[in-house]
Amino acid sequence: MNQPAASSPLPSSAPPFWRDAGKRALVFQALALVIVGGLGYYLFANTQANLERQSIATGFGFLKKEASFEISESLISYSAADTYARALLVGVLNTLKVSFIGIILTTILGTIIGIARLSSNWLVSRLAASFIELMQNIPVLLQLFFWYAIFYEAFPAPRQALNPVKGLFLCNRGIIFAIPAAHPAYPAMGWVLLAVLVGGWLINRWGRRRQELTGKSFPAFRITLLAAILLPFLTWLFYGAPAAMNMPEMRGFNFRGGMTISPEFSALLLGLVLYTSAFVAEIVRAGIQSISRGQIEAAMALGLRPGQVLQLVILPQALRVIIPPLTSQMLNLTKNSSLAVAIGYTDFVAVANTTINQTGQAIEGVAMIMVVYLVFSLSTSLFMNWYNKRMALVER
Amino acid sequence: MKFTKTLWLVIALCLLMCTVAEAGKDLDAVRKKGFIQAGVNGGVFGFSMPDAKGVWRGLDVDTARAVAAAIFGDASKVKFTPLTAQQRFTALQSGEIDILTRNTTRTLTRETQLGLNFVSVNYYDGQGFMVLKKLGVKSAKDLDGATVCVLPGTTTEQNAADFFRNHKMKWNPVVIESTTELSKAFFAGRCDVLTSDSSQLAGIRAVAPNPDDYTILPEIISKEPLAPAVRHGDDQFRDIVDFSVLAMINAEELGITSKNVDEMLKSKNPKIQRFLGVLPGNGKALGLDEKWAYNIVKQVGNYGEVFERNVGEHTSLGLKRGLNALWTNGGLMYSPPFK
Repeated sequence: MNQPAASSPLPSSAPPFWRDAGKRALVFQALALVIVGGLGYYLFANTQANLERQSIATGFGFLKKEASFEISESLISYSAADTYARALLVGVLNTLKVSFIGIILTTILGTIIGIARLSSNWLVSRLAASFIELMQNIPVLLQLFFWYAIFYEAFPAPRQALNPVKGLFLCNRGIIFAIPAAHPAYPAMGWVLLAVLVGGWLINRWGRRRQELTGKSFPAFRITLLAAILLPFLTWLFYGAPAAMNMPEMRGFNFRGGMTISPEFSALLLGLVLYTSAFVAEIVRAGIQSISRGQIEAAMALGLRPGQVLQLVILPQALRVIIPPLTSQMLNLTKNSSLAVAIGYTDFVAVANTTINQTGQAIEGVAMIMVVYLVFSLSTSLFMNWYNKRMALVER
Repeated sequence: MKFTKTLWLVIALCLLMCTVAEAGKDLDAVRKKGFIQAGVNGGVFGFSMPDAKGVWRGLDVDTARAVAAAIFGDASKVKFTPLTAQQRFTALQSGEIDILTRNTTRTLTRETQLGLNFVSVNYYDGQGFMVLKKLGVKSAKDLDGATVCVLPGTTTEQNAADFFRNHKMKWNPVVIESTTELSKAFFAGRCDVLTSDSSQLAGIRAVAPNPDDYTILPEIISKEPLAPAVRHGDDQFRDIVDFSVLAMINAEELGITSKNVDEMLKSKNPKIQRFLGVLPGNGKALGLDEKWAYNIVKQVGNYGEVFERNVGEHTSLGLKRGLNALWTNGGLMYSPPFK
């Protein structure tokens, strides 16, 4: 259309829109949108009308009512007198807790096993291979039942609890250990550690830029590590080295005091981590093997140390292959955590199920479950995509 | 232009109305289908569970059979759908099942918010606690600090929370979805206490590795009137289900059993004559065959027979009649007159 008038002898007129592929596509898309929207509205209106006809309560008003059921594990204070909304929040946090810890442990364990799988040591690589085959090929629900049964069958009752070290007890009620009694020193140590980490990140950035400009390297990592150990310790000394401990002791039916990690949480975490790390190990192995041997040999010929070869040559390229499938494994782990109901860990699904039972509002409850998992998955996915973009090979 | 608009409006309204009109009367639908679809638990011994040959057995199962006997004159015209606690109300609301006979407690919220009508109670239950004998616990009030295994999806979680709150005791719930997994964890010692309806506790104890090691504490902390339920919208069907339950109770009151029901047809007692349809009237009033009550007693039995057969003292549950005895024997089972 932008051609000069001279080159088109015919008077230029736009073709009718049904001949224009672009506009036609727009029309079809709009049509599809209307149909999908209409269908959605029909379903919604129909459900609403049916519920009304059968005089079934609808809406989210129940969230403000008293939940009146107890939850055994909670990161925030909760009692049966709190609202359904708070109970559901407890569930969300419990799901986040197990997913977050699970993802970190899975990544670490998966990487170790993936590297072990490539080891030139026959025994190590065979052990890693059998671990991967075993874990990958047993359904995760069975694994959860297995670990849970191990916890309650193999460990003794609380009164006969194993006590390997002072302040640590193992029994079928969980792992109970002493924690330092509350003291202002501990929050302060946390803040100091945070400050060290931020500082370390800045130093690392500065060091890398200097290396690019001058070629001189700077041991940022070692300095940060040293500071991360030393500075919180100095803070602790500064506060007068508080040493009081909150010791667990057997009273009545159970241990009081200290901190308890429940068998449900441990079994769920263990099952999910072992199962998912087998997949992660294969992904890591594939990523490392995708780099041609010649590059590694070339890097060694240049005089790089093995650590540097890994850090400067292998990882930047391997991560590009590793990250996308790793993301989907992390999403799997998050979604699989909903199997918690089977072994009694009070995750979001468990709390939502109880809510549905007590209020009878299944549609709202299931909708909330879907939205929560969608948000979890989308945010994990967003973060990993951002990381993937950062790690992508930048051509110069 | 105006015409097209009206047309669209009519179509849109029709789409909404069609679904409303389609439901119809539940009784007609059941008659047309030729059988009753009953929602049951499927996993509670004595209430509803298939036996080794795949035949459904239990108190709830027999209640559904009584309804089939009343409507079709044939107690076998019933099919069973095992449902979890979470599926049961949705299944009834959506029309997947016609009646719900699944040890379900009648409560105000359920009756009003779920679009259900409960009928007469077929088992009076109450929530209790089961503990290991050797713990030496004598009363539920000694349970401060205990770990308690709770079956979710019922009023149990709420009752337990209320009880511990009321007595200002600490506790730690372990909630596992399936009864089998929960009882396994309890028997292995994961919890000090197992709480559920006491009939269910007896059922779980019956399958314990060492049933004699466990004891059920004397406290009953809740009222659990277990009753069958139907959907809103068909009062005639509701009446039939209600009176099918009551007919079994009334038969026991009148001393009619599945064994002597044929002789009773010759009885001179007008109450019995009316009940068995020798003097007609009741059947017509309900829209049923005059022999409906006869069929129930003949094919299923009276309430006492059903109770003894499924959960009574000679079964492995060994439950006493207690609250479920006739009112004349100090229980709560009481039927309005059949006239």
